[in-house]
Amino acid sequence: MAERVAIIGIGFTPLQPATPQWSYKELVFQAAQKAYIDASIRFDKIDSFVTCAEDFNEGISIFDEYTPDQLGAVQKPMHTLTQDGLHGIADAVMQIRAGIAEVAVVEAHSKASNILTPDWLLDYALDPVYTRPLDFSPHAIAALEMNRFLSQTGITASHCAQVVRKNRLNARHNPLAAYPLKTVETDRKTQSSPYLCYPLREEEQARHADGCVVVVLANEAQANKARSQPAWILGTAFAGDSPTIESRHWSNADYTRIAAEAAYRQADIKALRKIDFFEVDDTYAYKELQHLIALGLYDKPDKAGRAIETGETRPDGRTPVNVSGGALGMGLPLEASGLYRIVELVLQLRGAAGKRQLPRAKIGLAQSWRGVPTTSGAAVILGSEPPHV
Amino acid sequence: MSRRRVAVIGAGMTKFMHRALETPKELAWLAVQSALGSSQLKLKQIDCVVLGTAPDAFDGVHMKSEYLSDGCGGWRKPFLRCYVGGGTGVYAVAQAWFQVASGMFDTAIVVCEEKMSTCQPHPQAAFLTIFDPITEQPLKPNLLWIFALEQTRYMETYGISVEEIARVSVKNKRNALNHPAAQLGAELTVEDVLASEIMAWPVHRLMVSPTSDGAAAVVIAAEEVARRVTDKPIWIQGVGWCLDTAYWTNRDLAYPEYVEKAAWMAYRMAGIKEPRKEINIAEPYDPFAYKELHHLEGLQLAPKGQAPKLLADGVFDREGDLPVTPSGGLLGVGNPIAAAGMMKICELFWQLRGEAGKRQVPGKPERGVAQAWGDLMQVGTVVVMGTKRPE
Repeated sequence: MAERVAIIGIGFTPLQPATPQWSYKELVFQAAQKAYIDASIRFDKIDSFVTCAEDFNEGISIFDEYTPDQLGAVQKPMHTLTQDGLHGIADAVMQIRAGIAEVAVVEAHSKASNILTPDWLLDYALDPVYTRPLDFSPHAIAALEMNRFLSQTGITASHCAQVVRKNRLNARHNPLAAYPLKTVETDRKTQSSPYLCYPLREEEQARHADGCVVVVLANEAQANKARSQPAWILGTAFAGDSPTIESRHWSNADYTRIAAEAAYRQADIKALRKIDFFEVDDTYAYKELQHLIALGLYDKPDKAGRAIETGETRPDGRTPVNVSGGALGMGLPLEASGLYRIVELVLQLRGAAGKRQLPRAKIGLAQSWRGVPTTSGAAVILGSEPPHV
Repeated sequence: MSRRRVAVIGAGMTKFMHRALETPKELAWLAVQSALGSSQLKLKQIDCVVLGTAPDAFDGVHMKSEYLSDGCGGWRKPFLRCYVGGGTGVYAVAQAWFQVASGMFDTAIVVCEEKMSTCQPHPQAAFLTIFDPITEQPLKPNLLWIFALEQTRYMETYGISVEEIARVSVKNKRNALNHPAAQLGAELTVEDVLASEIMAWPVHRLMVSPTSDGAAAVVIAAEEVARRVTDKPIWIQGVGWCLDTAYWTNRDLAYPEYVEKAAWMAYRMAGIKEPRKEINIAEPYDPFAYKELHHLEGLQLAPKGQAPKLLADGVFDREGDLPVTPSGGLLGVGNPIAAAGMMKICELFWQLRGEAGKRQVPGKPERGVAQAWGDLMQVGTVVVMGTKRPE
């Protein structure tokens, strides 16, 4: 049976629209320092390190060159994944279970404010032979998918606007959030904001933010020694679907379904009631609903629309979703997106989430998607009690 | 905690060439298909896919892993891309090793792909973007210069001559003549190498590996599966990797400490105490001629500064006491960055199985080590493979 692994420390910087006062190395250093203090561990006692980063987002080729110093990882086993932070968590868990490390660290950051032309950069993610020559904005892929999703499920544009409102309202209680709702009229503002690509509106797209998260993971022996309350890994999984836009499903988020099914199996979760709250990807408002459906929360897809209408996914509802404010409220920190969800999970499990603390938070699930034009996702389930082995 | 034993059960690669007509996805798929064929498993029996590929700038594709994923066989499977610059090719096997050893998966495909020819007019331009944008890029450095620096330091420290280093090119390009996938096999003399133009003193053109397109892949499996599908599993006995500081200018370039640390991590796992006696074949990373010697010292297979002498004595020949780079290496077979490291893993697989054909080293080798290196002269990745089941 798989060895128990826990998160014993988290360190993070607040998300901000821009951080001209800090370099990415300084952001990482701040988060690492906090994480090591939280885990009460010295950097030289850490066995292995993982960074999640993409060359083009960093503006440097072979970015993994610049990862070790600010983490205290010099002359240590360290590698980079060009994946979301949740893949990094899975990676560290596997290293610990394979006996490579007793304590492993995962880092991901965003310095999105350095990217002057993010949409242009995204063009380069399209297939260079078949798709890129068509010369369209990759956000159109999201709009096409949203159109298909709405027509297949009966979910409406108004439901999507309500997701924006819910998440940005939640963000008001999260000191880490970059884009909390300032005025109450955002519903109208969302629904009258210009179309990015029909039917996707500008306000339904999460805006980029800068920040860094460092997570310290440990095996059971080390976790029991930790001073902080460990958050136990119950399940961790990831999956890809078709990157080719001609052959993907366009309505279902199958990458999330596949990853979630594997994570549920590991966590031995048969009824989703056992999971108290969810932090899911909401890069575009409709994506939150699509991902909740893929996670298996509803027996019929249109119930996702009803759930947002009845407030079921609000913090005081039956299944709170994105209490943190999600990417819509907190900001979208590129590869660090998944790790900010982990931060929320850990804070809630510890009962340290302040004003937004949920009354019942024993098991939480984080899910990620890597944005257009990808079909790549991951899911992590954390619990305040160690899993039965 | 019980760590599972893991073996390589199939290997395959495309021809390495200057400019492939295939798209990056097609190259990856050709290698995967050939490795699957060799393992006699079907894609649906594979639990996860690991991709290794170096900078996105070569293929000119952002989030290259996502683009390549279906070509790698990752469609609707757990798929990820790991990355340590030039060291990726060997590291990817370590990544897949712990994914299987952890018990999360039973089988994995590891594929490494690179298509450098799309970078016009020459991939060297993409390498400018690997340097620190504030302190280094304004100096417009390129790889040839920094390797010329490192080679000079190595020669200076140990009193090594250019002729001694040129012998590596002669040996590896000759070995590559027997490799059906090789790009640059040749019968040369030390004089030919020294007569080739100087790129950046003391580096001559024939001491530099080419830029290439290509892909290579292996299939690995946990013991239960490996036993079922083959009677000749090649066990992964040890893996190690180590990343040094990004401030390469502060490092003594004469000796690669990070390779030593990575090697000992792998040797400890493999139970190796005296590497020189317990290893039968080495495939060190040889993008430049001197690097092979440099890395042999880091791998503890030659005393510091002594590798050139052992080379001159014929110890590293295919029939020598410790055959080194019997494949032909990056200098001979070609250097599609990550795929070149994976080619070395494939070579060990074939050599240890006795399936290397004309390249076969004599004497039934039992254990080999493959190593790759990359970033700013900064990372060492090491895999030890053998015919004996690990303890």
